[in-house]
Amino acid sequence: MMPADWIDIGAVADIPLRGARTVTIAGGDDIGVFRTGDDRVFALVNRCPHKHGPLSQGIVHGHAVSCPLHNWRISLATGEALGEDKGCVPTVPVEVRDGRVLIPRAATVPATATAPVARAA
Amino acid sequence: MDFHDLGNMATPEAAPVPSAVRSDRRLVVIGNGMAGCRAVEELLAREPGRYRVTIFGAEPHVNYNRIMLSPVLAGEKTFDEIVINDAAWYADHDIELIAGDPVDHIDRAARTVTARSGRTVGYDKLLIATGSDPVIIPVPGHDLPGVITFRDMKDVDHMLVAAGRGGDAVVIGGGLLGLEAAHGLTLRGMKVTVIHLAATLMERQLDEAAGWLLKSALEARGQTVLTGANTAEIVGTDRVEAVRLADGTVIPASLVVMAVGIRPAVALARAAGLAVGRGIQVDDHMVTSDADVLAVGECVEHDGMVYGLVAPLWDMCRALADGLVERHTGYRGSVTSTKLKVAGLDVFSAGDFSGGEGAEDIVLRDAARGIYKRLVVRDDRIVGAVLYGDTADGGWYFDLLKKREDIADIREMLIFGQAYASGGGQTDPKAAVAALSDDAEICGCNGVTKGKVVCSIVDGATSLDAVRSTCKASASCGSCTGLVEQLLSLTLGADYGGERTVKTMCTCTSFGHDDVRREIVAQDMRSIPEVMQKLHWSTPDGCSSCRPALNYYLLCALPGVYVDDQQSRFVNERMHANIQKDGTYSVVPRMWGGLTNPRELRAIADVVDKFNAPMVKVTGGQRLDIFGIKKEDLPAVWADLNAAGMVSGHAYGKSLRTVKTCVGSDWCRFGTQDSTGLGVQIEQMTWGSWMPHKFKIAVSGCPRNCAEATIKDFGVVCVDSGYELHVGGNGGIKVRATDFLCKVATEQEAKDYCAAFTQLYREEARYLERTAPWVERIGLDYIKSRIVDDPAGRQALTERFLFSQQFMQDDPWAARAAGADREQHAPLAAFGPAPGAAPGPAMMENA
Ligand code: SRM
Ligand SMILES: Cc1cc2nc3c(=O)[nH]c(=O)nc-3n(C[C@H](O)[C@H](O)[C@H](O)COP(=O)(O)OP(=O)(O)OC[C@H]3O[C@@H](n4cnc5c(N)ncnc54)[C@H](O)[C@@H]3O)c2cc1C
Ligand code: SF4
Ligand code: FES
Repeated sequence: MMPADWIDIGAVADIPLRGARTVTIAGGDDIGVFRTGDDRVFALVNRCPHKHGPLSQGIVHGHAVSCPLHNWRISLATGEALGEDKGCVPTVPVEVRDGRVLIPRAATVPATATAPVARAA
Repeated sequence: MDFHDLGNMATPEAAPVPSAVRSDRRLVVIGNGMAGCRAVEELLAREPGRYRVTIFGAEPHVNYNRIMLSPVLAGEKTFDEIVINDAAWYADHDIELIAGDPVDHIDRAARTVTARSGRTVGYDKLLIATGSDPVIIPVPGHDLPGVITFRDMKDVDHMLVAAGRGGDAVVIGGGLLGLEAAHGLTLRGMKVTVIHLAATLMERQLDEAAGWLLKSALEARGQTVLTGANTAEIVGTDRVEAVRLADGTVIPASLVVMAVGIRPAVALARAAGLAVGRGIQVDDHMVTSDADVLAVGECVEHDGMVYGLVAPLWDMCRALADGLVERHTGYRGSVTSTKLKVAGLDVFSAGDFSGGEGAEDIVLRDAARGIYKRLVVRDDRIVGAVLYGDTADGGWYFDLLKKREDIADIREMLIFGQAYASGGGQTDPKAAVAALSDDAEICGCNGVTKGKVVCSIVDGATSLDAVRSTCKASASCGSCTGLVEQLLSLTLGADYGGERTVKTMCTCTSFGHDDVRREIVAQDMRSIPEVMQKLHWSTPDGCSSCRPALNYYLLCALPGVYVDDQQSRFVNERMHANIQKDGTYSVVPRMWGGLTNPRELRAIADVVDKFNAPMVKVTGGQRLDIFGIKKEDLPAVWADLNAAGMVSGHAYGKSLRTVKTCVGSDWCRFGTQDSTGLGVQIEQMTWGSWMPHKFKIAVSGCPRNCAEATIKDFGVVCVDSGYELHVGGNGGIKVRATDFLCKVATEQEAKDYCAAFTQLYREEARYLERTAPWVERIGLDYIKSRIVDDPAGRQALTERFLFSQQFMQDDPWAARAAGADREQHAPLAAFGPAPGAAPGPAMMENA
């Protein structure tokens, strides 16, 4: 994608290591932006497939986050629930350039009920 | 010129072939560095006379091996020893070297380049190999004398002069270059501090575990390593005197080395109108957007990638030379590996740790020998490797990785290394253990041989714990647990159940909670990565079960020393409020002993109004709960409550919750003692304390027990003659009435016993074990023996509790209200509706 299609949402350093921050989208679901222990950045729609817990508030371990509400483990790379649980949350493409975190402009527009913009990558 | 074609003689070091025929085609190379010269060598190896070559170099030297600047700084090599192409090489190949005269301008229309001296040379083909420029962070003082980078021989000379004067050096940047600079300067006698922004050294190459090991090793060598440290300013008048960090720390320095990264040197190419992204954009044959201009090395961007290591350059140079002689092969990108060149510190990393679907970690930790190895495997192929302490197999893993070798057959043995995995077809770990000789050492910590372990098993030690207590194997660091278990199973055959009697903390470790707590204290461990390393965690950074537990155990063991790890806390404790099903939070301020007053009630009422809280409710713990607060509003809510004198109620914590009281002798016609007053005193003593699980206390003024003291973790029932103390009650899922501990005569004793009991629970219970199951597990007699029958022990427990409370009774709300951890409450970015305009950032928040 051309750079114009990506939006800078902040510095990697602004996200706590093994933690997350959110990007709020007026009229749409928040995006959770996660930074793992090995300093990789992932983004997911901030809504647990179970009962919509805010995933960004969970504990990040490896490349997974444990939901703060009922402890489902969600893969940051695929958005799939891990282990016994079944479900999937859309991932949001994310890029890191020179320490800045970028997401596609399309992901910052609220999803309509029928056509979510953020899709599993 | 096919006359000079040397066919497949591809080694660039091949004997020089004098170019008998002088070509009239001219190749001009900008950059007399590693890639530029290697490209020329590759070309010479294919067709020596195809071009007349002129090389411009900004440095006043022949081509030398830049990566060996580190050994030069460390005093292990001299400049002459790192020269790659000496003057004779240039002469032999009829190459014109114009050293110390950088090219300033490229005229693509005229096909000429012009150097700073004014010299202009025409070209048929131009090769840009300008490498990278070191990044200089633009903090105040960055241009003071004494602030340098680490890129070329001139920088090394500067450092050697500074080191000759001794004193303090600060290296900014804990990556490969920074650490090599720090190492060299330390050997040269300077006192070195490394300042690194990220939490982990070399975070691009190493994971947290390896980074921690590296940091410990550097500290052991006398360096000071500050991670998570942000440089704010370089202080000095005529030259550098100190470095000031964002947190105010000032570190004296007569030399500052900035090694924070490199940036492709593209200015010349950009000015010439070539396509430039992050680097000079090239195709698979290293041709830029102008067919007659090529580029190679760190200055290029190929397929979206830029590189900062030499291995890719070699591949690029091969593809470039093939292209120049019209036998196109093409460059397809490189997978890179890194090794740190610091004597005695073996660190290797390769590939990518991006896990993702189907990725699995294989981790081996050997604490006694300081080894950590991690392989990331996906679809039976190695995709990444980090090795610390023993890098002997780095090359082998890297080879398997690059060749995408299927490792399914050797998977079990892979982590033990090539010798083990491919030796003699031993693909069964048990067979490998069976093959060990009797005097092979199994337990390094206690020096126990295989023969001894087998002996004690034969003599009746048929479980791991029995082996540990008889011959001591696996009783210390535990790294040989797997081996001992294999010996048990080999010796006992079907009789060995294989089940460990101890329930492990989680699947990341083979240790139980008690083992971990014991070892943390015994080995004086001080951080989560240290525990994971020393106790052989099988995952790189644990999981949501073990991380909060370890954080608590360390906090309990090291009051005032251990720095709490926010990211290892459950959401409620990280947000200091209770998360609700809709993602909002509830806020419960402390009301000491259930007492309140108009000022507090007004403040709560005002908060409810101001933040539109949809509900306020009296809790079962005798205080008020404000519901539906958004996480962004929490700090403001707390600020308002603080202003009325209220602190966090910890209704969210594995910590002291409430002390319930009844009205007691002040008002009640049956009251025997001041239960309200005692409850308030106890709450003031115990609040803020972190515990294995939540902890509730109550004080009732008489045996009618209106405060329900007999279903609390610690309960006091006042009687005429004193205070009856009760422990281990629970009113939750499974109701358990308390056990009667003892009766004491004074309020002070009641408080001391309460503190002692709480501390015993804090020190000995397992994480997430409430007092009720804990008391049932260890028995009331044990508790009595520690609290009632042993006055000295009780006093020591009380003192340890009160000591630890000095550090715990800091209202977490006040800190947050004052701005701490703002990033926990604010979004990273917010996008609002932008009527009529293209959507864009409505608010950017960089906390
Ligand atoms: C607010 C409150 C209910 C109320 O409106 O009264 C409450 C609310 C919750 N309780 Fe409770 N408990 C509350 C008093 C109690 C009591 C009564 C008491 O403390 O006297 C009990 C029984 C006594 C006891 O703990 O022994 C109680 C036993 C539990 C349990 C079961 C604990 C157990 O060991 O069996 C849980 C679950 C847990 O902790 O794992 C729980 C968990 C919860 C949680 C935290 C559930 C959760 O994890 O989200 C609820 C949070 C609601 C929220 O969003 O704020 N709550 N909970 C009470 C807050 C008291 C306070 O001021 O801090
Ligand atoms: C201290 C140190 C240790 C390193 N250790 C390792 C290691 O262990 N492993 C590893 O793989 N890599 C290591 N590297 C990186 C490695 O040295 C580089 O990847 C490699 O040198 C890049 O080669 P290059 O030719 O692209 O750039 P360079 O070797 O930097 O060559 C570029 C040359 O072009 C010159 N130049 C720039 N602009 C102009 C101009 N306008 N006119 C004329 N000349 C110009 C520069 O002065 C320079 O001499 C290390 C680097 C340093 C500094
Ligand atoms: S009993 Fe406690 S945990 Fe259950 S719904 Fe009520 S408040 Fe929530
Ligand atoms: S909402 Fe995430 S686990 Fe229930």
